Amino acid sequence: MTANLNFNNVKPIFLKELRSYFNSAVAYVVIVVFLLIVGWFFTSDLFLMDVASLRMMFEIIPAVFLFVIPAITMRLVSEEKKSGTIELLTTKPLMDAEIIAGKFLAAWALVGIALLPTLLYYITVAVLGSIDNGPVIGGYVGLLLMAGVYVAIGLFASSLTENQVVAFIIGFVFVFALYMLDKILFYLPGWLASAVEFLGIDYHLSNISRGVIDTRDVIYFISALIFSLYLSVLSLQRRSW
Amino acid sequence: MAITVRNLTKLYGDEKAVDNISFEVKSGEILGFLGPNGAGKTTTMKIITCYMPPTSGTVTVDDLNIADHSLAVRRKIGYLPELNPLYLDMNVVEYLEYAAQLHGMEKARINHQLKEMIEVCGLHDVRHKDIGELSKGYRQRVGLAQAMIHDPDVLILDEPTSGLDPNQIIEIRNLIRHLGRAKTVILSTHILPEVQATCDRVVIIHEGKIVADGTPNQLQQDFQGSEVLTIELKASASNPMEELFPKIKSHHEVLSADYQPIGDGMHRITVKLNQGNDIREKIFRQAVAEGWVLLEMHRKVTSLEEVFHKLTVTPADDSRKAMETQTL
Repeated sequence: MTANLNFNNVKPIFLKELRSYFNSAVAYVVIVVFLLIVGWFFTSDLFLMDVASLRMMFEIIPAVFLFVIPAITMRLVSEEKKSGTIELLTTKPLMDAEIIAGKFLAAWALVGIALLPTLLYYITVAVLGSIDNGPVIGGYVGLLLMAGVYVAIGLFASSLTENQVVAFIIGFVFVFALYMLDKILFYLPGWLASAVEFLGIDYHLSNISRGVIDTRDVIYFISALIFSLYLSVLSLQRRSW
Repeated sequence: MAITVRNLTKLYGDEKAVDNISFEVKSGEILGFLGPNGAGKTTTMKIITCYMPPTSGTVTVDDLNIADHSLAVRRKIGYLPELNPLYLDMNVVEYLEYAAQLHGMEKARINHQLKEMIEVCGLHDVRHKDIGELSKGYRQRVGLAQAMIHDPDVLILDEPTSGLDPNQIIEIRNLIRHLGRAKTVILSTHILPEVQATCDRVVIIHEGKIVADGTPNQLQQDFQGSEVLTIELKASASNPMEELFPKIKSHHEVLSADYQPIGDGMHRITVKLNQGNDIREKIFRQAVAEGWVLLEMHRKVTSLEEVFHKLTVTPADDSRKAMETQTL
């Protein structure tokens, strides 16, 4: 199914979705929310504790992702279902996987763009003191991979319904569950704990954030991402009724 | 680019939306798909355009089966879905470009076709406006332009004139006529004059089944029972009604006849005839020969509207309607 995607078909969808983020207020709201929240924690560290560090930033962004990303993805498919434009899109000579890929890449790119201004904080820290670049690179790679998984899940949620609010709530519940998995280990029997820990997304993020990019973690992110996209394609194809 | 539909059935749960229908559209033909709301027109069109698969049966477009060559079929088809969905936040040019790109067209061809569509569909004045700001008539033109941006051989238009005012309806109809000349067109409607004005052939569908298939004229003839001729004459002393009436009644085509005075010596004669018989010329020559004062002559044939009504209103429908009005 994903074997012969034609990028020439993905590109117009990607560009159209990205453009519509910037034509509506969505893109700017997301960027500002990121800057404000991250800026708040960063500067409070800087002035109150006299510490120039990005540690706080990398800890807070995954939590911000939890509600920002479902908000970014909620309209991707549901709006087209509601307005009926899904019928235009799916009767064009495109594979359903190409439609999903275009929409996924657009939302992922928006998250990437929203992360860009946070480099300002990195520069600040680098200027004020010495910084270990390994964890910073690992942190950004981890955040991007995590965002990819969240976007894919949000896109799947959006493909389930024609109601954007419902899509947001479903998406939020899914990503929140994934985020919380490795925080409930305390309540689980030991034999189950390690398996559940491996499924939790934050566990893998913290591995990568230490600056050690392990294939097991990368494989986790990539497979979670592809699995969610696969479900989205199935859900889009399920229009036989 | 002929389209062949064979034994097509579509179930929604237990409900049969389309029930084993077969028909053909010849290359270059404009086919009117006629039926009351919920008859299965839209479902059939959604299957032909590869939006959803049939439960059973086959559709071929230009000898390509939609199940095996879905992408190739979609390349050949221009589709205007029901209710004409559009991206309201895009402007006209952006939207048409997007539609063209999704068809994998090259830049030079997109620019050429874009110019052509804006010209043909009369979109020049609104081309930089957001679609959300446009009137319904303009939106419909944008929808048609979108369906034809890749110059498809087949056009499938689901209720292209619904919700338009009479002037806009005429405009869109002319546009379809004009654009459909070199294409195979299927258009659905529940408005009868539309079919008579635009289509070469009509398929009437009711409760998922085809109930009639033919040219508009054919259908009128097939489904008319007896036809009625109304004649108004002025009787005079030399030509009293008592003498005149038997002469008209004696034509062998006449099934029955009757007359009534309408004052001032004028009479209205109602003549029932076997279907397809036209005795107007005979009556006229008779009137001239006998010196009758012929005031009016009017032949009433079954209209397509009556054909449609006959075919699509079952007794069950009437009782259902009665129930609906009761609950209202």
